[in-house]
Formats: sequence, C-alpha cells, structure tokens
Amino acid sequence: MKPRGREVLRVKRLFKTFGSVPACRAVSFSLRQGEVLGIVGESGSGKSTLLRCLAGRIQPDDGTVLIASDDYVVDLWAMDEASREQFVPTTVSLIHQNPRDGLRLEISAGGNIAEPLMAAGGRHYGSLRATALEWLEKVDIDGRRIDDLPEVFSGGMQQRLQIARGLATHPRLVLMDEPTGGLDVSVQAKLLDLLRSLVLELGIAVVVVTHDIGVARLLADRLMVMQRGRVIEEGLTDQVLDDPHHPYTQLLVSSVLHV
Amino acid sequence: MEADLIFDDDAIGYSFAYLDEMTKRMIRRAILKAVAVPGYQVPFGSREMPLPPGWGTGGLQVTASILGRDDVLKVIDQGADDTTNAISIRQFFAKVADVVTTERTGEATIIQTRHRIPERALTEDQIIVFQVPNPEPLRRFIPEEAVARKIHAFGRYGVMYVRLYEDISRLGYVAMSADYPVIVNGRYLASPSPIPKFDNPKLHRSRALAIFGAGRERRIHAIPPFTDVNSLDFVDHPFTVQHFETCCSVCGAQDSYLDEILLDDRGTRAFVCSDTAYCAEQRDKRIDA
Amino acid sequence: MTILVSVSGLSKTFTLHTQGGTEIDVFDSISLDVRAGECVCLHGPSGAGKSTLLRSLYANYKPDAGRIAVQHDGESIDLVSAEPWEVVDMRRRTIGYVSQFLRVIPRVSTLDIVAEPAIVNGVPSEAAYATGRTLLSRLRIPERLWSLAPATFSGGEQQRVNIARGFMVRYPVLLLDEPTASLDAANRQTVVELINEAKSRGAAIVGIFHDEEVREAVADRLFEVGQSLVRKPRRSTAAREAAA
Repeated sequence: MKPRGREVLRVKRLFKTFGSVPACRAVSFSLRQGEVLGIVGESGSGKSTLLRCLAGRIQPDDGTVLIASDDYVVDLWAMDEASREQFVPTTVSLIHQNPRDGLRLEISAGGNIAEPLMAAGGRHYGSLRATALEWLEKVDIDGRRIDDLPEVFSGGMQQRLQIARGLATHPRLVLMDEPTGGLDVSVQAKLLDLLRSLVLELGIAVVVVTHDIGVARLLADRLMVMQRGRVIEEGLTDQVLDDPHHPYTQLLVSSVLHV
Repeated sequence: MEADLIFDDDAIGYSFAYLDEMTKRMIRRAILKAVAVPGYQVPFGSREMPLPPGWGTGGLQVTASILGRDDVLKVIDQGADDTTNAISIRQFFAKVADVVTTERTGEATIIQTRHRIPERALTEDQIIVFQVPNPEPLRRFIPEEAVARKIHAFGRYGVMYVRLYEDISRLGYVAMSADYPVIVNGRYLASPSPIPKFDNPKLHRSRALAIFGAGRERRIHAIPPFTDVNSLDFVDHPFTVQHFETCCSVCGAQDSYLDEILLDDRGTRAFVCSDTAYCAEQRDKRIDA
Repeated sequence: MTILVSVSGLSKTFTLHTQGGTEIDVFDSISLDVRAGECVCLHGPSGAGKSTLLRSLYANYKPDAGRIAVQHDGESIDLVSAEPWEVVDMRRRTIGYVSQFLRVIPRVSTLDIVAEPAIVNGVPSEAAYATGRTLLSRLRIPERLWSLAPATFSGGEQQRVNIARGFMVRYPVLLLDEPTASLDAANRQTVVELINEAKSRGAAIVGIFHDEEVREAVADRLFEVGQSLVRKPRRSTAAREAAA
C-alpha cells in the first residue's frame, strides 16, 4: 500500500443553486492521497451535485475546486474549457451508479477499458490489450470475456467493468456515485470488498457518495453528512457514526436497520 | 467588386460557372478558411444545384467557385472518366463555364473526383476537388453534432481508436477499406471521402491542394499542399493499404488500384485499373516501347 | 518508562437529540498517564463510562474538552484535535483496538481479515499471512475455518478472530475492550499471554477486564471511572413540570 500522502483535492466554499433550490452551500473540505471520503445524506441533499462539480461536469456558482497534479495545482473552474477537458480525463474518474451511464454497451469489455487509455494517447494495441486483461482479472471478470459486449453481462459484472474502465488510467481522484446502488445485497458485498482492496492497493483519493450507512462505514475513512446542501457534520467515519453530534446525523444513524 | 458582379453572358442567362458571384465569394471564403485550418470542417451555405444531393453537389459548388476561364477540367467517378456522373458534370461545366475539359490527369488544372485519387502523382499547379457524402468521421460514434464539435475542438479522438481496437480484436485487422479516417497536420481528424484506403498515402504531403465539398452536409474541408496526413493506426498494427496479387489485365500495371469485373455469366473475372486515364497511359507506353 | 498516552482534563457529554435533547455527562476532567510496558485496567460499575473513555482513546468518540497526547513517530500528537488523516495514520501504526464485536466486510476470509492490518502497514503478504496463521493457531481457531468468512462463526470464535487481528501489528498503544468476555479458560490464558508479551515488548495497554482472574494476571494498576450523570435539558424538564 502506498503511504497516505499529500493533498489531492481542496474544495473551498462551493455554492451551486438550481433555480431557487440550493444544492451546495459553502461546502469546503480537502482530501489526501490514499484517503476515502464518504458523503452521506438523503436524496436531494446535494451529494451528487457536489460530485459533478468535482468531476468538471457541473459548473459551481461560486467557490474553488483545487486538484493537485504531479507538480502543479489546478483550479478546475478557473481554467478554460479546453484545458479542463485535457486535465479531467487523465486525473479524475467518475463511477456512476448505473453502469450503463459509464460504459459503452455497444463495444466490447476490452474496448471499454481501452477507450480512456486511447483517449489519453495509448497507441499500442498489444499493451492496451494486456492492460485490459490485467484489469478484467483485477475486477474478477474472466479474461475470456474480453471481447464480449457488456450488454450480456450481469449488473454486478457491468459495475465491475465500469470500475476497471475508471481506474485503468490511474486517476489521482476517483469519484463514486452510489457505486453499489441497484445491486443485490450479495453482489454489493463482493463489490465493496473489491473497491476496498483496490483503494488500498492503488493509494488513490476517493470520494464516495452513498445513502447507505453500511457502505460508508466499510469504505470511507472519513465522512461528511450533508443536509439541504450544507455539510452539517464531518469527521472520521466511525466517529461520526458511533458518536454523532448533529440531530440529523443522530436520526440518520438511528434509522439504520440492524440485521 | 463591380467586375465580380457583372454577369458574363446575358444570352445564356446565368453567370460564369452557374453560381452567382456572391455565392462563389461565400464559398471561396469557406475554402480559404478550410485551407487555413487544415482538416477543419467549415460550414457553408450549400445551394440548390441542377443535380440531386448525393450526386456530387458539394464538389460541384467547390469547382464552380474556383474555376477560371483558363482552367482545364477533369472529372472522374470511381477513377473513370467515362461514367454517367463524370460525363454529365464535365458537360455541365463545359456548358456553363465554357472551359476546356480533359481526361488526361497531367493536363488538368482542376480535377473533380468521386471516390478515387488519380494514380499519376498530382503537381503543385493542380487542385483536386472531392465529392463527400459524410464529412464527419465521428458521426458513426457520436450522433450529436455539438458533442462531435467539442471532440474536434479538444482534439480528443480516443473514440476513433475504439473502432480500430474492436476490429483488430475481433478480426485481426482493421476492416475499414474506404473512407479511412486521417489526422491532418497532426491536429484535426478528417474524412478523406470514400476513397479506398489505397489512396490515403497519396494525400500525405501531396503537392496539389485538396478541397472536400459536402453539399448535403454543407461542409468544406481542405488539405493544403505538403501537409502531413496520417491514417489512424496502432504502433504495433501500422496502417497498410490494399495489396493486389495480380496486375491490370488491360495495361499490365502493378502499382494501381484494381477493380474486379465479371466477364460472363460463368463467373470469369478480370482485374483492371480503376483509373481509366492511367490505364490508357500505361497501355500507350507499352505500345510505344 | 516513557509516557506513551497522556490524558488530561478529558470530558464527555452525550446529547441525544432524538430523545428530546437528553444530556448524559459521562465523565468530567479525567487525567491519566500510561507508560510503556504498563497495563492500566479501567475500573468502575457498569455504565460508569469505561467503554466511552476507551473509545475516546481510539478517537472513536469525540470528547468535548481535554487532551489525549499520544506518542506517534517520536512526536506527541493530541488525538482530540488531530486531523482525521493523522488519526487514521495513528490507528494504522500506533494505536491498536480490540473491540467486543467483529465488524468486517461480508465474504472476506478469516485469514485475510486477520492479516489485513499488517498488510496495510506494508508487511509483505506472505509474512503477514504467516503471522496470522500463528495467531489463529494460538487462539485455537481450527484451520478449516481460516478460508471461511467469520460471519457464521460462534460468538467466541468471532471474538478470537478479532483478537488475532488486534495483535497482528506490534502497536505501541493497545486498547482492549473486554477481550476475554466470551472465551473459555484455555483461550483466556492465551489472551493473557498475548497481553503480557505485548507489555514486555513495551506496549502501553489500557483495557476493560471484567474477569478478575485476567485482571489480576495483566493489570498493573486500576483506574477508577466514576458514575455518569443523566441530566434532562432544562427546557423539556420545564415543559414536563408545566404539564404535570
């Protein structure tokens, strides 16, 4: 495992409003290499909007998103669009809840993994192929299925393929939007285990949005609780969940069913 | 200015080369922009032509805009000067512009073509005009024009390599044999029009200016002389052209693009040059020798 | 010996917003020093706040006031005000914690669960698995169970898997929350041995031991934790009085 290192992401007073509905209100936080930050809160609390602001997809109304690259720091929303489009795909990876949003279903599994690599300049078929095989193995998909279309894969396999596609380019920052949502409980467990070992192995910085407290507890080192666009409580995951201070967090934690 | 607007021949009722002077100026501006930004698709106001769209209205408008009285015009379709489309376009310009036409590649100053580049190397005083049905190579993968334009703007052409990857993984080779996409001047992805990939290398650092007109899609792009044109490929699967096992059964040429033709109902086949002018030249040479 | 953990002026109050804002003062102004090679047993009646104090020492609970200075990488770091990433790093290398309950990802094998803390610290996986096997053998977990996920194990087995995991890394500071609660005599003895081994290599240990025999065997001194006070918020008390 790589050492927990320097800051990868710093968000300063981020605001985003849709019409009159505030989605992010003065959200600030920072994230280091090797850290997993969980964001929990009910639907509509602004979690996904925040993620899209970090992924370069939605422009915030105000605030700063700083992302550290190898030897310089980039102000995501101060740079021009062309530079951002150059920077984001090689640095940030967004994993969608629905694998269909993050995959190209009409091209093969191997092609799906190879595409972002080719976009980043990969021009050697043999090494693209080798990387695709290596990643299929990492996410526990039989290498013989490299030329199959993801359309014929199960939901869990599609999600694992999306993760392989998202991580194969070695992004510094990985953003996950409900990565286990929509999957069977048994499939979820396997996926969580996979995500955890990949995060550990690669030492990437991860922001994972979820409404599932269990997912947050297993994946995240740190937790941010959002309500109506505001961060109302944050801290170490077990601290926030075992010793919640804010009334909303206490309600959230006490609402979880214990099986 | 005024000279431009003077109709040449009141007797026949239209201006030189069919298009009115303002339209020609508009198209020339688009051409200049296309030459200035090699491979970039410049929109233009495509006009109604006395030819159905899909029959070369884009090429026709480009030719009409650049044609001068002293030009010598050659028109080919699939390499042949004697097919219906080639003949009718040639006759059209002979009538509306009163220019000299030729079938000899070396004599022409402007060559309008559909689906081929002549075998004989073009020179710096020639312009080749392509008829283009689909100028946007991204269209197959990116249906939205706005998205495609952004991809061009940011030069992120990874998606095009997906097609290559998929072909190689499934078939062992890239299955595109015509309209094989190219990167022009190391920047813009462009369609070479549906020429066989055999002709792609001819575009690379060509001495002649190449202008591509798409009438229905209302786009013009260009490759200026001596511009780098690279066909998409992988380092370990380099771009290759069609290779023929046989030679032309008419002229014996071994270096030309061959068409396969059926000779009778029993399936007897022969291969002949697709470039009829080249074939004739080679035949003459052989006879002279 | 050097002081590895130094608690001063530590106070903790819970405010239960879901129960009308009830406040529970668990402890107030606690001070405690733990030296290397020493085992301190937290002592007091049930509900006195022993577990709360222990969890605070792991930064699992967030105290309202005071300091918990822990020696980490030759530096004294206050656990109460440390940045989360610092706490994560301290937990990874300096502070070990054995809770009463095993909390793991479903479907991960016992051996993987046990070896993980060492692997996270960069121990080569072969060496980590070897240590893990030794610990599991010592704690009498049958070898046939090692490749299974512990979700279906008995309470005692899960507890022992948890202990094995807690002793994987030679943490300078070790926190033990009733590690022998549901163990038989033989396994209790093994845990005592493990604790004494940790002490002799210089670990500072804080634990809760209900079993007197175990306490006698490992604890160097007792630390009394007092009775906690439940205090109703003034507003709701006033409201109730008004209703009465």
